Amino acid sequence: MSTLKLDLENYKELMQQYIETQDEQALYQAEQFSKHSMQQNISPEEIINVHVQSLQHLYPDMPEHIRSSLDFLLETMISYGLAYQEYQSLRERQLELKSEISVAANMQKTLLATEKPEIDGLDVGAISIPAKQMNGDYYHFVKDDSGALGVAIADVVGKGVPAALCMSMIKYSMDSFPENRMDPGVILGSLNRVVERNVDSSMFITMFYGLYNINNHTFRFSSAGHEPGYYYDSRQDHFEEIDASGLVLGVSPEATYEQCTKEVHVGDMIIMLTDGVTECRQGDRFIEEDEVLEIIKQYAHLPAQETVEHVYKHFERLQDFQLRDDFTLIILKRKV
Amino acid sequence: MNLTIDVTNKEKITTVSLAGEVDAFTAPKLKETLLPLTKESGQTIEVDLQEVSYMDSTGLGVFISALKSTKEHDTALKLIQMQERVYRLFKITGLTEIMDIDNTVRGGM
Repeated sequence: MSTLKLDLENYKELMQQYIETQDEQALYQAEQFSKHSMQQNISPEEIINVHVQSLQHLYPDMPEHIRSSLDFLLETMISYGLAYQEYQSLRERQLELKSEISVAANMQKTLLATEKPEIDGLDVGAISIPAKQMNGDYYHFVKDDSGALGVAIADVVGKGVPAALCMSMIKYSMDSFPENRMDPGVILGSLNRVVERNVDSSMFITMFYGLYNINNHTFRFSSAGHEPGYYYDSRQDHFEEIDASGLVLGVSPEATYEQCTKEVHVGDMIIMLTDGVTECRQGDRFIEEDEVLEIIKQYAHLPAQETVEHVYKHFERLQDFQLRDDFTLIILKRKV
Repeated sequence: MNLTIDVTNKEKITTVSLAGEVDAFTAPKLKETLLPLTKESGQTIEVDLQEVSYMDSTGLGVFISALKSTKEHDTALKLIQMQERVYRLFKITGLTEIMDIDNTVRGGM
Protein backbone atom coordinates (compact mmCIF):
# COMPACT_ATOMS: atom_id res chain seq x y z
CA MET A 1 0.00 0.00 0.00
CA SER A 2 2.78 2.40 0.98
CA THR A 3 4.63 1.99 -2.31
CA LEU A 4 1.48 2.70 -4.26
CA LYS A 5 0.95 5.78 -2.14
CA LEU A 6 4.49 6.85 -2.88
CA ASP A 7 3.84 6.28 -6.57
CA LEU A 8 0.68 8.35 -6.33
CA GLU A 9 2.65 11.25 -4.91
CA ASN A 10 5.28 10.82 -7.53
CA TYR A 11 2.76 10.66 -10.35
CA LYS A 12 0.93 13.72 -9.07
CA GLU A 13 4.12 15.76 -8.95
CA LEU A 14 5.19 14.69 -12.39
CA MET A 15 1.80 15.49 -13.86
CA GLN A 16 1.67 18.87 -12.20
CA GLN A 17 5.15 19.67 -13.39
CA TYR A 18 4.21 18.80 -16.93
CA ILE A 19 0.92 20.68 -16.92
CA GLU A 20 2.63 23.81 -15.64
CA THR A 21 5.86 23.73 -17.67
CA GLN A 22 5.26 21.36 -20.62
CA ASP A 23 8.76 20.16 -19.77
CA GLU A 24 10.14 17.24 -21.83
CA GLN A 25 11.95 16.01 -18.73
CA ALA A 26 8.63 15.27 -17.07
CA LEU A 27 7.54 13.22 -20.08
CA TYR A 28 10.72 11.20 -19.82
CA GLN A 29 9.98 10.63 -16.13
CA ALA A 30 6.49 9.46 -17.07
CA GLU A 31 8.01 6.88 -19.36
CA GLN A 32 10.24 5.67 -16.52
CA PHE A 33 7.19 5.54 -14.28
CA SER A 34 5.36 3.29 -16.72
CA LYS A 35 8.33 0.94 -17.12
CA HIS A 36 8.66 0.71 -13.37
CA SER A 37 4.92 0.01 -13.04
CA MET A 38 5.16 -2.84 -15.54
CA GLN A 39 7.99 -4.40 -13.56
CA GLN A 40 5.77 -4.21 -10.48
CA ASN A 41 2.89 -5.85 -12.39
CA ILE A 42 0.73 -2.75 -12.04
CA SER A 43 -2.20 -2.96 -14.43
CA PRO A 44 -3.29 -0.17 -16.84
CA GLU A 45 -6.51 0.50 -14.92
CA GLU A 46 -4.55 1.05 -11.73
CA ILE A 47 -2.55 3.75 -13.48
CA ILE A 48 -5.75 5.42 -14.62
CA ASN A 49 -6.94 5.24 -11.06
CA VAL A 50 -3.77 7.00 -9.92
CA HIS A 51 -4.32 9.58 -12.65
CA VAL A 52 -7.90 10.26 -11.48
CA GLN A 53 -6.82 10.63 -7.87
CA SER A 54 -3.99 12.98 -8.79
CA LEU A 55 -6.37 15.10 -10.83
CA GLN A 56 -8.78 15.34 -7.91
CA HIS A 57 -6.02 16.47 -5.59
CA LEU A 58 -4.79 19.07 -8.00
CA TYR A 59 -8.18 20.24 -9.25
CA PRO A 60 -10.76 19.57 -6.53
CA ASP A 61 -13.49 21.30 -8.56
CA MET A 62 -12.99 19.20 -11.67
CA PRO A 63 -16.31 19.11 -13.59
CA GLU A 64 -18.46 16.07 -12.85
CA HIS A 65 -18.72 14.97 -16.50
CA ILE A 66 -14.89 14.81 -16.85
CA ARG A 67 -14.77 12.69 -13.73
CA SER A 68 -17.45 10.35 -15.07
CA SER A 69 -15.66 10.03 -18.39
CA LEU A 70 -12.50 8.95 -16.54
CA ASP A 71 -14.46 6.29 -14.64
CA PHE A 72 -15.72 5.14 -18.00
CA LEU A 73 -12.15 4.94 -19.35
CA LEU A 74 -11.11 2.97 -16.29
CA GLU A 75 -13.74 0.30 -16.94
CA THR A 76 -12.71 0.14 -20.57
CA MET A 77 -9.09 -0.55 -19.64
CA ILE A 78 -9.86 -3.56 -17.45
CA SER A 79 -9.73 -6.01 -20.36
CA TYR A 80 -6.32 -4.70 -21.35
CA GLY A 81 -5.16 -5.34 -17.83
CA LEU A 82 -6.37 -8.94 -17.99
CA ALA A 83 -4.73 -9.46 -21.39
CA TYR A 84 -1.51 -8.12 -19.99
CA GLN A 85 -1.64 -10.54 -17.06
CA GLU A 86 -2.22 -13.41 -19.47
CA TYR A 87 0.71 -12.29 -21.58
CA GLN A 88 2.91 -12.28 -18.51
CA SER A 89 2.00 -15.83 -17.55
CA LEU A 90 2.44 -17.08 -21.14
CA ARG A 91 5.85 -15.50 -21.20
CA GLU A 92 6.87 -17.30 -18.07
CA ARG A 93 5.51 -20.56 -19.44
CA GLN A 94 7.42 -20.04 -22.68
CA LEU A 95 10.67 -19.52 -20.82
CA GLU A 96 10.03 -22.72 -18.90
CA LEU A 97 9.40 -24.68 -22.12
CA LYS A 98 12.44 -23.21 -23.74
CA SER A 99 14.66 -24.34 -20.92
CA GLU A 100 13.03 -27.78 -20.89
CA ILE A 101 13.69 -28.19 -24.61
CA SER A 102 17.29 -27.17 -24.22
CA VAL A 103 17.67 -29.77 -21.45
CA ALA A 104 16.11 -32.34 -23.81
CA ALA A 105 18.42 -31.31 -26.65
CA ASN A 106 21.42 -31.79 -24.37
CA MET A 107 20.12 -35.17 -23.26
CA GLN A 108 19.69 -36.14 -26.88
CA LYS A 109 23.31 -35.22 -27.56
CA THR A 110 24.46 -37.39 -24.67
CA LEU A 111 22.16 -40.31 -25.47
CA LEU A 112 22.99 -40.37 -29.15
CA ALA A 113 26.67 -39.59 -28.88
CA THR A 114 28.77 -41.72 -31.18
CA GLU A 115 32.51 -41.67 -31.44
CA LYS A 116 34.13 -41.23 -34.79
CA PRO A 117 36.34 -44.31 -35.03
CA GLU A 118 40.10 -44.23 -35.62
CA ILE A 119 40.91 -46.97 -38.09
CA ASP A 120 44.25 -47.55 -39.84
CA GLY A 121 43.92 -47.14 -43.55
CA LEU A 122 40.51 -45.50 -43.43
CA ASP A 123 39.89 -41.75 -43.22
CA VAL A 124 36.50 -40.91 -41.70
CA GLY A 125 34.69 -37.55 -41.74
CA ALA A 126 31.25 -36.88 -40.29
CA ILE A 127 29.11 -33.81 -39.68
CA SER A 128 25.50 -33.46 -38.57
CA ILE A 129 23.90 -30.05 -38.02
CA PRO A 130 20.27 -29.64 -36.91
CA ALA A 131 18.08 -26.99 -38.57
CA LYS A 132 16.28 -26.42 -35.26
CA GLN A 133 17.24 -27.16 -31.70
CA MET A 134 16.81 -30.92 -31.93
CA ASN A 135 18.27 -33.09 -34.67
CA GLY A 136 16.06 -35.45 -36.70
CA ASP A 137 19.11 -36.80 -38.50
CA TYR A 138 21.30 -39.34 -36.89
CA TYR A 139 24.48 -41.26 -37.53
CA HIS A 140 26.13 -44.01 -35.61
CA PHE A 141 29.43 -45.89 -35.89
CA VAL A 142 29.97 -49.41 -34.56
CA LYS A 143 33.35 -51.11 -34.67
CA ASP A 144 33.38 -54.84 -34.12
CA ASP A 145 36.24 -57.16 -33.14
CA SER A 146 36.66 -58.64 -36.60
CA GLY A 147 37.76 -55.31 -38.04
CA ALA A 148 34.49 -54.22 -39.56
CA LEU A 149 33.08 -50.74 -39.22
CA GLY A 150 29.30 -50.34 -39.24
CA VAL A 151 27.90 -46.94 -40.24
CA ALA A 152 24.26 -46.00 -39.91
CA ILE A 153 22.82 -42.74 -41.23
CA ALA A 154 19.16 -41.99 -40.73
CA ASP A 155 16.50 -39.32 -41.06
CA VAL A 156 13.37 -39.37 -38.92
CA VAL A 157 10.36 -37.80 -40.56
CA GLY A 158 8.58 -35.39 -38.37
CA LYS A 159 10.97 -32.87 -36.87
CA GLY A 160 11.69 -31.68 -33.40
CA VAL A 161 11.07 -33.43 -30.13
CA PRO A 162 9.06 -36.49 -31.32
CA ALA A 163 11.69 -37.27 -33.96
CA ALA A 164 14.45 -37.01 -31.39
CA LEU A 165 12.68 -39.39 -29.01
CA CYS A 166 12.23 -41.84 -31.86
CA MET A 167 15.93 -41.70 -32.67
CA SER A 168 16.88 -42.74 -29.15
CA MET A 169 14.65 -45.81 -29.53
CA ILE A 170 16.46 -46.73 -32.75
CA LYS A 171 19.86 -46.32 -31.22
CA TYR A 172 19.11 -48.54 -28.26
CA SER A 173 17.59 -51.23 -30.46
CA MET A 174 20.71 -51.19 -32.60
CA ASP A 175 22.96 -51.50 -29.56
CA SER A 176 21.01 -54.52 -28.39
CA PHE A 177 21.51 -56.54 -31.60
CA PRO A 178 23.99 -59.38 -31.18
CA GLU A 179 27.18 -59.01 -33.21
CA ASN A 180 26.61 -62.03 -35.42
CA ARG A 181 23.60 -60.24 -36.84
CA MET A 182 25.64 -57.34 -38.15
CA ASP A 183 24.49 -57.83 -41.73
CA PRO A 184 23.09 -54.53 -43.10
CA GLY A 185 20.00 -56.19 -44.59
CA VAL A 186 19.26 -58.09 -41.37
CA ILE A 187 19.78 -55.02 -39.19
CA LEU A 188 17.35 -52.93 -41.26
CA GLY A 189 14.82 -55.78 -41.21
CA SER A 190 14.95 -55.93 -37.40
CA LEU A 191 14.76 -52.15 -37.00
CA ASN A 192 11.81 -52.06 -39.37
CA ARG A 193 9.83 -54.33 -37.08
CA VAL A 194 10.74 -52.24 -34.01
CA VAL A 195 9.67 -49.00 -35.71
CA GLU A 196 6.53 -50.48 -37.25
CA ARG A 197 5.28 -51.59 -33.85
CA ASN A 198 6.12 -48.46 -31.94
CA VAL A 199 5.70 -45.37 -34.04
CA ASP A 200 2.76 -43.17 -34.99
CA SER A 201 1.28 -43.97 -38.43
CA SER A 202 2.52 -40.87 -40.20
CA MET A 203 6.04 -41.14 -38.84
CA PHE A 204 8.74 -43.11 -40.60
CA ILE A 205 12.49 -43.37 -40.77
CA THR A 206 14.85 -43.64 -43.69
CA MET A 207 18.18 -45.32 -43.03
CA PHE A 208 21.27 -46.35 -44.91
CA TYR A 209 23.42 -48.99 -43.22
CA GLY A 210 26.91 -49.84 -44.45
CA LEU A 211 29.52 -52.28 -43.21
CA TYR A 212 33.14 -51.61 -44.16
CA ASN A 213 35.40 -54.61 -43.94
CA ILE A 214 38.95 -53.43 -43.21
CA ASN A 215 40.51 -56.82 -44.01
CA ASN A 216 39.42 -57.11 -47.62
CA HIS A 217 38.23 -53.54 -48.25
CA THR A 218 34.70 -54.32 -49.26
CA PHE A 219 31.67 -52.25 -48.38
CA ARG A 220 28.36 -54.01 -47.91
CA PHE A 221 25.24 -51.91 -47.64
CA SER A 222 21.47 -51.83 -47.56
CA SER A 223 19.03 -48.94 -47.65
CA ALA A 224 15.62 -48.43 -46.14
CA GLY A 225 14.32 -45.80 -48.53
CA HIS A 226 17.20 -43.49 -47.70
CA GLU A 227 18.58 -40.78 -49.97
CA PRO A 228 21.14 -42.59 -52.16
CA GLY A 229 24.80 -42.01 -51.37
CA TYR A 230 27.69 -41.78 -53.82
CA TYR A 231 30.77 -43.76 -54.58
CA TYR A 232 33.81 -41.93 -55.89
CA ASP A 233 36.01 -44.03 -58.13
CA SER A 234 39.42 -42.35 -57.98
CA ARG A 235 40.90 -44.27 -60.92
CA GLN A 236 38.22 -43.04 -63.27
CA ASP A 237 37.66 -39.76 -61.43
CA HIS A 238 33.95 -40.49 -61.48
CA PHE A 239 31.00 -40.46 -59.05
CA GLU A 240 28.24 -43.03 -59.11
CA GLU A 241 25.09 -43.33 -57.06
CA ILE A 242 25.01 -46.15 -54.51
CA ASP A 243 21.56 -47.35 -53.70
CA ALA A 244 19.88 -50.56 -52.71
CA SER A 245 16.16 -51.03 -52.92
CA GLY A 246 14.18 -51.16 -49.70
CA LEU A 247 11.13 -49.57 -48.12
CA VAL A 248 11.39 -46.88 -45.43
CA LEU A 249 11.27 -48.21 -41.86
CA GLY A 250 7.92 -48.35 -40.11
CA VAL A 251 5.51 -48.84 -42.99
CA SER A 252 5.16 -52.56 -43.56
CA PRO A 253 6.33 -55.37 -41.26
CA GLU A 254 7.11 -57.65 -44.24
CA ALA A 255 9.64 -55.33 -45.89
CA THR A 256 12.93 -56.95 -46.90
CA TYR A 257 16.18 -55.21 -47.70
CA GLU A 258 18.44 -55.85 -50.65
CA GLN A 259 22.14 -56.04 -49.83
CA CYS A 260 24.85 -54.89 -52.22
CA THR A 261 28.64 -55.08 -52.08
CA LYS A 262 31.25 -52.75 -53.45
CA GLU A 263 35.01 -53.27 -53.65
CA VAL A 264 36.88 -50.22 -52.43
CA HIS A 265 40.23 -49.21 -53.95
CA VAL A 266 42.89 -46.87 -52.58
CA GLY A 267 41.78 -43.24 -52.93
CA ASP A 268 38.12 -44.13 -53.39
CA MET A 269 35.42 -42.49 -51.28
CA ILE A 270 32.04 -43.54 -49.93
CA ILE A 271 29.69 -40.60 -49.41
CA MET A 272 26.59 -40.92 -47.25
CA LEU A 273 24.16 -38.08 -46.71
CA THR A 274 20.62 -37.03 -45.82
CA ASP A 275 18.16 -35.06 -47.93
CA GLY A 276 19.15 -31.90 -46.04
CA VAL A 277 22.19 -31.95 -48.36
CA THR A 278 20.50 -32.79 -51.66
CA GLU A 279 17.37 -30.69 -51.05
CA CYS A 280 19.31 -27.48 -50.43
CA ARG A 281 17.69 -24.45 -51.97
CA GLN A 282 19.19 -21.23 -53.13
CA GLY A 283 16.25 -18.86 -52.99
CA ASP A 284 13.55 -20.75 -54.89
CA ARG A 285 15.98 -22.89 -56.87
CA PHE A 286 16.90 -26.43 -55.87
CA ILE A 287 20.54 -27.39 -55.93
CA GLU A 288 21.28 -29.96 -58.62
CA GLU A 289 22.99 -33.24 -57.81
CA ASP A 290 25.99 -32.26 -59.95
CA GLU A 291 26.56 -29.15 -57.86
CA VAL A 292 26.70 -31.21 -54.67
CA LEU A 293 29.25 -33.59 -56.19
CA GLU A 294 31.23 -30.68 -57.65
CA ILE A 295 31.62 -29.14 -54.19
CA ILE A 296 32.57 -32.46 -52.60
CA LYS A 297 35.21 -32.93 -55.30
CA GLN A 298 36.54 -29.44 -54.77
CA TYR A 299 37.43 -30.29 -51.16
CA ALA A 300 38.16 -34.01 -51.62
CA HIS A 301 41.94 -33.59 -51.43
CA LEU A 302 41.65 -32.56 -47.75
CA PRO A 303 41.37 -35.00 -44.82
CA ALA A 304 37.79 -36.39 -44.74
CA GLN A 305 36.74 -34.39 -41.65
CA GLU A 306 37.85 -31.13 -43.26
CA THR A 307 36.07 -32.08 -46.49
CA VAL A 308 32.69 -32.54 -44.80
CA GLU A 309 33.13 -29.31 -42.81
CA HIS A 310 33.97 -27.28 -45.92
CA VAL A 311 31.03 -28.75 -47.84
CA TYR A 312 28.72 -27.87 -44.97
CA LYS A 313 30.03 -24.30 -44.79
CA HIS A 314 29.52 -23.93 -48.53
CA PHE A 315 25.85 -24.89 -48.39
CA GLU A 316 25.24 -22.97 -45.19
CA ARG A 317 26.47 -19.84 -46.96
CA LEU A 318 24.42 -20.64 -50.05
CA GLN A 319 21.25 -20.77 -47.94
CA ASP A 320 22.04 -17.54 -46.10
CA PHE A 321 22.88 -19.46 -42.92
CA GLN A 322 19.28 -20.63 -42.55
CA LEU A 323 19.10 -24.43 -42.84
CA ARG A 324 15.68 -25.67 -43.95
CA ASP A 325 16.44 -29.22 -42.97
CA ASP A 326 18.92 -31.10 -40.81
CA PHE A 327 22.20 -31.61 -42.65
CA THR A 328 24.29 -34.77 -42.30
CA LEU A 329 27.26 -35.84 -44.38
CA ILE A 330 29.66 -38.74 -43.84
CA ILE A 331 32.69 -39.59 -45.94
CA LEU A 332 34.81 -42.74 -45.75
CA LYS A 333 38.05 -42.61 -47.74
CA ARG A 334 40.41 -45.53 -48.21
CA LYS A 335 43.94 -44.28 -47.56
CA VAL A 336 46.14 -47.37 -48.11
CA MET B 1 4.19 -21.38 -50.92
CA ASN B 2 0.70 -22.62 -50.22
CA LEU B 3 -1.30 -25.72 -50.91
CA THR B 4 -4.82 -25.68 -52.29
CA ILE B 5 -6.93 -28.78 -51.86
CA ASP B 6 -9.99 -29.43 -54.00
CA VAL B 7 -12.26 -32.41 -53.34
CA THR B 8 -14.80 -33.71 -55.86
CA ASN B 9 -16.91 -36.83 -55.59
CA LYS B 10 -18.32 -39.08 -58.32
CA GLU B 11 -20.07 -42.17 -56.95
CA LYS B 12 -17.35 -44.46 -55.62
CA ILE B 13 -14.44 -42.24 -56.59
CA THR B 14 -13.34 -39.21 -54.61
CA THR B 15 -10.77 -37.05 -56.36
CA VAL B 16 -8.50 -34.85 -54.30
CA SER B 17 -6.70 -32.32 -56.49
CA LEU B 18 -3.70 -30.64 -55.00
CA ALA B 19 -1.82 -27.56 -56.16
CA GLY B 20 1.28 -26.09 -54.56
CA GLU B 21 3.80 -27.56 -52.15
CA VAL B 22 3.29 -30.33 -49.61
CA ASP B 23 5.71 -29.66 -46.78
CA ALA B 24 5.81 -29.43 -43.00
CA PHE B 25 3.55 -26.36 -43.08
CA THR B 26 0.88 -27.65 -45.44
CA ALA B 27 0.95 -31.37 -44.58
CA PRO B 28 -1.32 -31.07 -41.49
CA LYS B 29 -4.03 -29.48 -43.65
CA LEU B 30 -3.75 -32.29 -46.22
CA LYS B 31 -3.88 -34.91 -43.49
CA GLU B 32 -7.05 -33.37 -42.08
CA THR B 33 -8.75 -33.64 -45.47
CA LEU B 34 -7.34 -36.92 -46.70
CA LEU B 35 -7.56 -39.17 -43.65
CA PRO B 36 -11.34 -38.96 -43.06
CA LEU B 37 -11.90 -39.81 -46.76
CA THR B 38 -9.97 -43.08 -46.39
CA LYS B 39 -12.38 -44.16 -43.68
CA GLU B 40 -15.51 -44.25 -45.86
CA SER B 41 -15.69 -47.94 -46.71
CA GLY B 42 -15.81 -48.87 -50.40
CA GLN B 43 -14.39 -45.56 -51.64
CA THR B 44 -11.43 -45.09 -53.94
CA ILE B 45 -9.51 -41.91 -53.28
CA GLU B 46 -7.62 -40.55 -56.23
CA VAL B 47 -5.07 -37.88 -55.42
CA ASP B 48 -4.16 -35.73 -58.40
CA LEU B 49 -0.65 -34.36 -57.97
CA GLN B 50 -0.23 -32.68 -61.33
CA GLU B 51 0.10 -29.22 -59.78
CA VAL B 52 2.35 -30.27 -56.92
CA SER B 53 5.86 -29.01 -57.60
CA TYR B 54 7.45 -30.01 -54.34
CA MET B 55 6.87 -32.50 -51.59
CA ASP B 56 9.07 -33.20 -48.59
CA SER B 57 9.18 -36.19 -46.29
CA THR B 58 6.44 -34.81 -44.02
CA GLY B 59 4.18 -34.96 -47.08
CA LEU B 60 5.17 -38.57 -47.65
CA GLY B 61 4.21 -39.27 -44.05
CA VAL B 62 0.65 -38.12 -44.79
CA PHE B 63 0.36 -40.55 -47.72
CA ILE B 64 1.83 -43.36 -45.62
CA SER B 65 -0.73 -42.88 -42.88
CA ALA B 66 -3.49 -42.62 -45.53
CA LEU B 67 -2.30 -45.92 -47.03
CA LYS B 68 -2.34 -47.61 -43.63
CA SER B 69 -5.83 -46.28 -43.04
CA THR B 70 -7.13 -47.65 -46.40
CA LYS B 71 -6.01 -51.12 -45.31
CA GLU B 72 -7.93 -50.82 -42.05
CA HIS B 73 -11.10 -49.46 -43.63
CA ASP B 74 -11.31 -51.36 -46.92
CA THR B 75 -10.79 -48.36 -49.14
CA ALA B 76 -8.26 -47.67 -51.88
CA LEU B 77 -5.74 -44.93 -52.49
CA LYS B 78 -4.41 -44.02 -55.91
CA LEU B 79 -1.91 -41.30 -56.77
CA ILE B 80 -2.11 -39.86 -60.26
CA GLN B 81 -0.22 -37.41 -62.48
CA MET B 82 2.86 -37.09 -60.35
CA GLN B 83 5.66 -34.75 -61.38
CA GLU B 84 9.15 -36.13 -61.90
CA ARG B 85 10.68 -34.57 -58.80
CA VAL B 86 7.91 -35.84 -56.54
CA TYR B 87 8.02 -39.28 -58.17
CA ARG B 88 11.74 -39.51 -57.36
CA LEU B 89 10.89 -39.18 -53.65
CA PHE B 90 8.37 -42.05 -53.81
CA LYS B 91 10.88 -44.12 -55.77
CA ILE B 92 13.80 -43.63 -53.34
CA THR B 93 11.69 -44.41 -50.32
CA GLY B 94 10.46 -47.65 -51.87
CA LEU B 95 6.85 -46.48 -51.75
CA THR B 96 6.34 -47.00 -55.50
CA GLU B 97 6.48 -50.72 -54.69
CA ILE B 98 3.58 -50.68 -52.28
CA MET B 99 1.42 -47.78 -53.48
CA ASP B 100 -0.87 -47.55 -56.46
CA ILE B 101 0.83 -44.84 -58.46
CA ASP B 102 -0.23 -43.99 -61.99
CA ASN B 103 2.90 -44.37 -64.10
CA THR B 104 2.25 -41.64 -66.61
CA VAL B 105 4.72 -39.39 -64.92
CA ARG B 106 4.69 -35.78 -65.93
CA GLY B 107 7.92 -33.97 -66.58
CA GLY B 108 8.24 -31.33 -64.04
CA MET B 109 9.44 -28.11 -62.57
